[in-house]
Amino acid sequence: MDLTSINPVLLIASLMVAATPILLAAIGELVVEKAGVLNLGVEGMMITGAVVGFAAGVNTGSPALGFVAAALGGAALSLLFGLLTQYLLSNQVATGLALTLFGLGLSALIGKPYEGIKSPTLQKLDLGPLGDLPVVGPILFGHDPVVYLSLLMVLGVWWGLGHSRAGLILRAVGENHDAAHALGYKVVRVRMAAIAFGGASAGLGGAYISLVRVPQWVEGLTAGAGWIALAIVVFASWRPWRALLGAYLFGGVTVLQLNLQAAGLAIPVEYLSMSPYVVTILVLVLISARGQHGAPGALGRVFHGTG
Amino acid sequence: MIVFEKRPSPSRFWAAVTPVLAVLATMIAGGVMFWLLGKDPLVAIRTIFWDPLFDPTFGAYSRPQLLVKAGPLILIAIGLSIGFRAGIWNIGAEGQYIIGAIVGAGVGLAFYPTESRLIFPLMVLAGAFGGWLWAMIPAFLRVRFGTNEILVSLMLVYVAEAMLASVSQGLLRNPDGMGFPGSRNFKEYPAAHNGEIIAGTGMHWGVVMALIAVIFAYLLLSRHMLGFQVRLSGEAPRAARFSGVKPARLVLFCLGLSGALAGMAGLFEVTGPAGQVSIDFGSGYGFTAIIVAFLGRLNPLGILLAGLLMALTYIGGDLASLMLGIPAAAIQLFQGMLLFFLLAMDIFTNFRIRLKKPEAA
Repeated sequence: MDLTSINPVLLIASLMVAATPILLAAIGELVVEKAGVLNLGVEGMMITGAVVGFAAGVNTGSPALGFVAAALGGAALSLLFGLLTQYLLSNQVATGLALTLFGLGLSALIGKPYEGIKSPTLQKLDLGPLGDLPVVGPILFGHDPVVYLSLLMVLGVWWGLGHSRAGLILRAVGENHDAAHALGYKVVRVRMAAIAFGGASAGLGGAYISLVRVPQWVEGLTAGAGWIALAIVVFASWRPWRALLGAYLFGGVTVLQLNLQAAGLAIPVEYLSMSPYVVTILVLVLISARGQHGAPGALGRVFHGTG
Repeated sequence: MIVFEKRPSPSRFWAAVTPVLAVLATMIAGGVMFWLLGKDPLVAIRTIFWDPLFDPTFGAYSRPQLLVKAGPLILIAIGLSIGFRAGIWNIGAEGQYIIGAIVGAGVGLAFYPTESRLIFPLMVLAGAFGGWLWAMIPAFLRVRFGTNEILVSLMLVYVAEAMLASVSQGLLRNPDGMGFPGSRNFKEYPAAHNGEIIAGTGMHWGVVMALIAVIFAYLLLSRHMLGFQVRLSGEAPRAARFSGVKPARLVLFCLGLSGALAGMAGLFEVTGPAGQVSIDFGSGYGFTAIIVAFLGRLNPLGILLAGLLMALTYIGGDLASLMLGIPAAAIQLFQGMLLFFLLAMDIFTNFRIRLKKPEAA
């Protein structure tokens, strides 16, 4: 085994890429949960975004349009969840699972003709001489626009939730929907908006996998990334910056195990590839052992406003 | 203006009718989907729901398949339904199914080529134990640390799949298989083979066990104190605590039971219809069983019917892809749609729909 073949700078740069899909999905789901809705359909929305984005990218030749289509696709699917849970008052856990199963089927159906095709390449953002700097260059200035978009979204969600009026209303709805309703806020409308945002983010995350990370379409492409995003929201105690930390931690484990596989470590490949999931479980245990701080008060509860 | 008025208790009439309505709605929406795919919707629906049972040429082959597919679905769904009723969400049945198959098959293969009547029952027990053990991980973590069992049980599916890939290329690989992945075929090992009990019916020991599980679950829920505690915890968790239900014990019981049943289902499948431990052994039964449990209204008899119906869509889907070139994924989508329609229609079960004249606020 040759550990010197692992370059730490490239490792950090590639962990950012590996973490981006999960970060996008997690930041969306964080907003949804802050509004008091538990959408377990992240995996379904991600994979739908992945296939819609891929199809749009291949057909138009433009990855940017692919991402737009993926966001729209994810949002459309999430509105289905919103319709059921917010207007038809169905159980959120069951509906979220249904969304995932539905999304897996839908994506497999849409994606059939696209198997084995390569997607158009998303150009890296050209930051001129900054990208040529040693160490800092590849890590900070050598990425494609979506990586920066995901970081901007973390910043935006942090500011929006904590420092804007809309964020305050959203949190009020998530903490106690009856009180928010009594104050005259439109609980259902706020939640629908949050759900659509979550869907669009998950769709973007999925498209990042199919258009940039892999970049190909295969059935079941997301392989649990949506569930890991859900776990990261818990890990983050519903705080945006911690979600960033969690996603990059997870990205680090993923990239490291891939590098170890390539370096020919004496551990069988199967055990290395299960390590991200095992790490996620361990992290969940560590967080829950301290008690779950910061879970929105009305998370997962059905709101039935009368009058 | 339409107003939803909460019913004091769910309507039993609507609880029974909504699955039927959901199936009809799915057929209509599915018909539209097939039409969009360029197929005749009526022919497609008939191929999926009618031909597998009554077609003179395919019927003889596909009728037995109904029990073969329904067996594991029902067995897993029964276990899941008891947990779902108590608000304990095991969604990693697929993983427990895989681990049950690995452990059970491993025990059987360890005795190869011994011929004894005791081997198969021992394998069934080992399969149940494997599934139980895998489900005990989320159960223990939830009880001890309060970790979310939904996420842990689901993560463990991916771990189980990696283990399956590992053992079918290593530990359990057929030593006479010339290096190909996959274990020995159980059809060539009579003591461990789960063959048809009555030839030509598809009835194997897994189906028998599924029927036993239905009866057991029915008695548990309607006649036993533990079943009452399960129902109470799901419907009124606070009242359950006051009446002396120990939540931790219930979590261990529900997850353990569903794991053991899923593990058994895996063992029956690997020794029967699948024949060997191989990389692609995981078939998604563990996930489809979630749909079966809900479609059956978390009720044992309902699950029996729902399992048969879902098995029919599997066989009909295969037939439709063979005859009409409808992609296999369309059936998966079809099953997902069914669950959506069912959940949407639950509004009739839990609420009265009233038309009200708009009032001045």
